[in-house]
Amino acid sequence: MSKIHVTTTINGDEVEFLADPRETLLDCLRDHVGLTGSKEGCGTGDCGACSVTVDGTLVCSCLVLGVEAEGKDIRTIEGMADGATLHPLQRKFIEHAALQCGFCTPGLLVASKALLDKNPNPSEEEVRYWIAGNLCRCTGYDKIIRAIMDAAAEMRGEAA
Amino acid sequence: MAKLEVHLWSGLRRFVDGADKVEVEASTIGTMLDGLKETYPGLAPIIDAGVSVAIDDEIVNGSRHRQLSSEQEIFILQKIKGG
Amino acid sequence: MAKDEYREFRLVGTRPDRPDGLDKVTGRARYGADMTAPGMLWGAVVRSPHAHARIVKIDATKALALDGVKSVVTRADFPEGLTGEDWNLQENTIAGEKALYDGHAVAAVAATTRFLAEEAARLIEVEYEVLPHVIDVDEAMKPDAPVIRHGVSDTTVPEGMSPNIVRKIEFGNGDLGAAFAAADLVMEKSFKTEATHQGYIEPHACLGQMGSDGKGEMWVCTQGQWYIRKMCSAVLGTEASQLRVTPSEIGGGFGGKTTIFMEPLSLALSRKAGGKPVKIVMSRSEVLRATGPTASASMDVKLGMKKDGTLSGIQVEFRMQGGAFPGAPTEFALYCGLAPYKFGAVEAVGYDVIANRPRCAAYRAPGAPMGSFAIESLLDEMCLKLGLDALDVRFKNAVVAGDRAAYGPKFGSIGFVETLEATKNHPNLLAELGPNQGRGIAAGYWFNHNGETSVSMAISEDGTAQVSVGTPDIGGSRASIALMVAETLGIAYEDVRVNVAETGSLGVNEPTHGSRATFASGKAAVLATEAAIKEMCKRAANEWGIEPDAVEWADGAARPAGPNAGQFPPMTIKEIAGAMGSTGGPISGHHESLPDGVGASFGCHVVDVEVDPETGRTEILRYLVVQDAGRAIHPSYVEGQYQGGAAQGIGWALNEEYVYDDKGRLQNSVFLDYRVPLASDLPKIDTVIVEVPNPGHPYGVRGVGETGITPPLPALANAVRAATGVRMTHLPMSPSKVLAALKGR
Repeated sequence: MSKIHVTTTINGDEVEFLADPRETLLDCLRDHVGLTGSKEGCGTGDCGACSVTVDGTLVCSCLVLGVEAEGKDIRTIEGMADGATLHPLQRKFIEHAALQCGFCTPGLLVASKALLDKNPNPSEEEVRYWIAGNLCRCTGYDKIIRAIMDAAAEMRGEAA
Repeated sequence: MAKLEVHLWSGLRRFVDGADKVEVEASTIGTMLDGLKETYPGLAPIIDAGVSVAIDDEIVNGSRHRQLSSEQEIFILQKIKGG
Repeated sequence: MAKDEYREFRLVGTRPDRPDGLDKVTGRARYGADMTAPGMLWGAVVRSPHAHARIVKIDATKALALDGVKSVVTRADFPEGLTGEDWNLQENTIAGEKALYDGHAVAAVAATTRFLAEEAARLIEVEYEVLPHVIDVDEAMKPDAPVIRHGVSDTTVPEGMSPNIVRKIEFGNGDLGAAFAAADLVMEKSFKTEATHQGYIEPHACLGQMGSDGKGEMWVCTQGQWYIRKMCSAVLGTEASQLRVTPSEIGGGFGGKTTIFMEPLSLALSRKAGGKPVKIVMSRSEVLRATGPTASASMDVKLGMKKDGTLSGIQVEFRMQGGAFPGAPTEFALYCGLAPYKFGAVEAVGYDVIANRPRCAAYRAPGAPMGSFAIESLLDEMCLKLGLDALDVRFKNAVVAGDRAAYGPKFGSIGFVETLEATKNHPNLLAELGPNQGRGIAAGYWFNHNGETSVSMAISEDGTAQVSVGTPDIGGSRASIALMVAETLGIAYEDVRVNVAETGSLGVNEPTHGSRATFASGKAAVLATEAAIKEMCKRAANEWGIEPDAVEWADGAARPAGPNAGQFPPMTIKEIAGAMGSTGGPISGHHESLPDGVGASFGCHVVDVEVDPETGRTEILRYLVVQDAGRAIHPSYVEGQYQGGAAQGIGWALNEEYVYDDKGRLQNSVFLDYRVPLASDLPKIDTVIVEVPNPGHPYGVRGVGETGITPPLPALANAVRAATGVRMTHLPMSPSKVLAALKGR
């Protein structure tokens, strides 16, 4: 099967790669673009470890074909920090010990950023239902929720 | 060398003529286990598969040369590991 | 004493940022599947679709004819003549005469791309003769059950039992008949739990390379790189020291990554393909089908209690199937389920049974959750019948230091009563409950473990320190070890870097399992650091011209010990380190042992639930974990273990189970159908860290990782009982099951 040439923008940079038409966007990010921050946990869109945004929409990259990236604006975990400056969510995850093994963390950070971009003042329940698509097996989610709520408060300019 | 009293779990009784504790002359965990195997050959496969030894309140693994005394309470247990 | 009431140390007990935090929140951290190598091939595994079948023929001709396919391996490529556990490992890695479970590997192939490898795997033709199978533990014990394998039973199993019964455990003491006669209430009940999976989000992945000379390298996500090395070498017939295994960051393990699955296949494929590296990444479906879920259990308990709540006797029989090989954790289910209380007379029997399922691996306190589910549920039921308070009855019978455990030895320093005290005083117990709501309480226990430990540390030229440990960091242990070493040296936390080393750099280390890393690697790191401190004091002594034992170490510097030693200004670690090249050379410390002084950890959980009478769904309103940590080196990561263990227990109690069809094939091998708890399923999980320091550890550490999964199963069953009046005895308590029970009420 011959490969398809894809030109796209990833974390603000123009990127080109050759994709087997069967490859997912996750495969292409990890195997062709060297961005291994997005993880495969299930391959069926159930765990959210592969979360990225495509033109601002939160998706499971294991359910998007690599060729669909053509001409799109893709944002992954690697683009979340601004150079050496971490996004408040990243800082709060470390501060609140909201990660143990860290495998679900990239997906959770991308997903929670997508939430806060849409809704800067979510309730705890709204956060829990938004990140219901991101499985974590280590933490029981408690410190993750605290980190997200605290980051949201900081981004709104309030004290935690 | 001391006369040591070693407690066994009840499933092992049939290899030691029905006793729940046996006596063995030994000075270390290793010589104690070897002594048990020699006197009661039925215990050999079980000991060889691996056991933990409890000395008073401490569960000990992998210490063949650990000294034992007759004042201590010695138990043989299934080997402890974890997940 | 509860955690936040005092602080004794400068660093131990604080909450600094973990050292791997930055890598993990930026996506930089590299896990099992994140490594590539030049010339790398991809591996794929051919797996049996049958629960039990003779393998008649394997024909790889079509696969090998495909351009890009570089090697195919079957059992014929592995050495013969292994015995015991080595044989078990080899047989589970790749089937011999029979496929023993749905998903059992029968062949593997390496090709230049992942798609090619998968296509080649589909082209390998395997002819099977399907055999009758058995997957239920009680069914497998019956005399007419299909026999999985003959000759597996050991000498503990009486004559005449099914060959599927491979081990029998028996222990006890006292006069049970008299004990039950003396009781005011004797009840018996049977309980069942289903197989569950550790459910780590990261599938198994490795990149293995081995040349024709038997020298190899492997990058793999594992809890124990020395176990991987030892087991792969045994299975392949190669030498352990010639295989260097590097652990990646690990995306969860919980016991499921303490053994091998496809790792030897990667090395065998590589060797056959001229030494090219071979990467194998399992799919989620492969993980659930063909790695190491828990055993399933069928348990009978008979308990005697006096009117005042004193326990007078207990009789238990536990039957557990651990897949097609011996190793169901029956004895731990018994030991741990019985551990918290003085029962009077005890009679305990357990069976380890084989069945046509994947070989069970450890899962966080293996066996303990099942045992506690049965015993704590019946205990709760009897408290209800006698009108007694659940916590008071636990206080009444709780073991303390010096008491004899049901399985024989005495307890040393333990904190069960302190844990119950902290539970009793917690505000959650005052929360009011409404209709369809109920509260459940249960206790739990895990021994904790020491295990083989090798640690090395060194002082760098600038006075900072590095520590090499062999225990992969699955819960924050690098932070805890850095805290302990920095505390011991008297330097800043940030000045200590902890590295998890590959097998070529240290002596043998047991995996991060058994709740041992903070205890054992931590203790060894402290002892190694003390050795380095001794050397640094000697360098100062030599500089001052006094005896080494006249020098002591405090606050990061060598100082004369007392006024008689002489008047010298302290020599800081920076000064000593800067000069070490001209005062005798490098300064290091190392320690190898099975560190003694393990301290056990007791826990108590309280859960409030609301059960919807129309759907059978159980909602968790409040969840409290109280557990004895000995000393919480980094409290956030101790809390994390408490919360994580609770969440897994909640999933096990309410929803998770392996579902098989009538052909013995796993039906729910993806996360949609194997339903683990989501963020929307859980409330905040309250924690209380109790500290009864363990005298056997320099900072009082008790392992904490495993106890926390033990109480949730009975706590939830007890809560559902309180909310509905129905005693659920077969987990999980999924909505459909609860609804059926409510309707039958």
